[in-house]
Amino acid sequence: MSGHVAPKSMYYAVFAALIVGTALTVAVAFVDLGPLNNVLMLGIAMTKALLVILFFMHVRWSTRLTWVVVASGFFWLLILFGLTMMDFLTRGWVEGTWR
Amino acid sequence: MRSALSESHRFPKIPSPVAIHRPATHGHEPHHPYLQHHFDSMPQQAEASTLGMWVFLVTEIMFFGGLFMAYLVYRHASPTGFQEASHHLNIYWGAANTAILIISSLTMAFAVRAAQTSQKRQTQVFWLLSTMALGAAFLGIKAIEYYDKFRDHIVPGPYFQWEGLYPKPAEQFYSLYFAMTGLHALHMIIGIGIMTVITIMAWRDTFDSDYYTPVEVAGLYWHFVDIVWIFLFPLLYLIGRHYHAA
Repeated sequence: MSGHVAPKSMYYAVFAALIVGTALTVAVAFVDLGPLNNVLMLGIAMTKALLVILFFMHVRWSTRLTWVVVASGFFWLLILFGLTMMDFLTRGWVEGTWR
Repeated sequence: MRSALSESHRFPKIPSPVAIHRPATHGHEPHHPYLQHHFDSMPQQAEASTLGMWVFLVTEIMFFGGLFMAYLVYRHASPTGFQEASHHLNIYWGAANTAILIISSLTMAFAVRAAQTSQKRQTQVFWLLSTMALGAAFLGIKAIEYYDKFRDHIVPGPYFQWEGLYPKPAEQFYSLYFAMTGLHALHMIIGIGIMTVITIMAWRDTFDSDYYTPVEVAGLYWHFVDIVWIFLFPLLYLIGRHYHAA
């Protein structure tokens, strides 16, 4: 059966990237970049998650069926966050919609 | 439907307890003792198992997603209140826990790889026990953090006391803090329980390159719990830290 056997060096490389990402996140938190702070922190978090999913969880070498199921989970999150915040972020734009 | 038994099989070198209870001959052509009868081949079975675990993980995404959504809404309603509340969290414990979980994901990946490459059981068990130890360390730090909250009276409820400017958002923040990290910690505890079972199986020489799916699938669960924390850490611990020096 086997599946794809990745060299240990790949796992170490991903691990190093994850640690660097964490250090970067903590460092960036102490610098005032305005709205860019949140963008950067979430961007780094998403990159870390992508690395774990693709390489540690082997989705990089999984079938398309698996890939579609994984993607659908995050697509669902997109709908949840997107549509809900679309409501809250536009409150008050039109007369009488504050509550 | 004929099963695809024309490919050669590697049966376990050392007869595991399973081989004793699942004899090679039981009325049809012999197959790997762990091949369930509704599958044609070991690779097909493995793919079905990992797909099944991924479907479960998608339900977990929905489970945690709901709490993240609540966090988004309340943080949007009181951004400065949440910032003030977040400052009371110890960023060093949080960062340490993040590093611990990332290391545990590495050891978990190595445990899967050890089973996948038919390493001897001591190697597999070493990586699995390392993962469990790191998980336990994570929970230990969480216990310390929770104790600090009880000590400082910032546990939502009748004894909640907030000395800052925004007590109501602070209580909302800590409700979400306990709900999210509590649910996450529960998943860690369950994960350690799953790892215990896998470790015992590994010690009994169950896994080799033909059959290591339980390790792979337990790994998927463990990595998922790690990913949830990767998002929890910046959202809970690092809100607007530049306004005060820690």
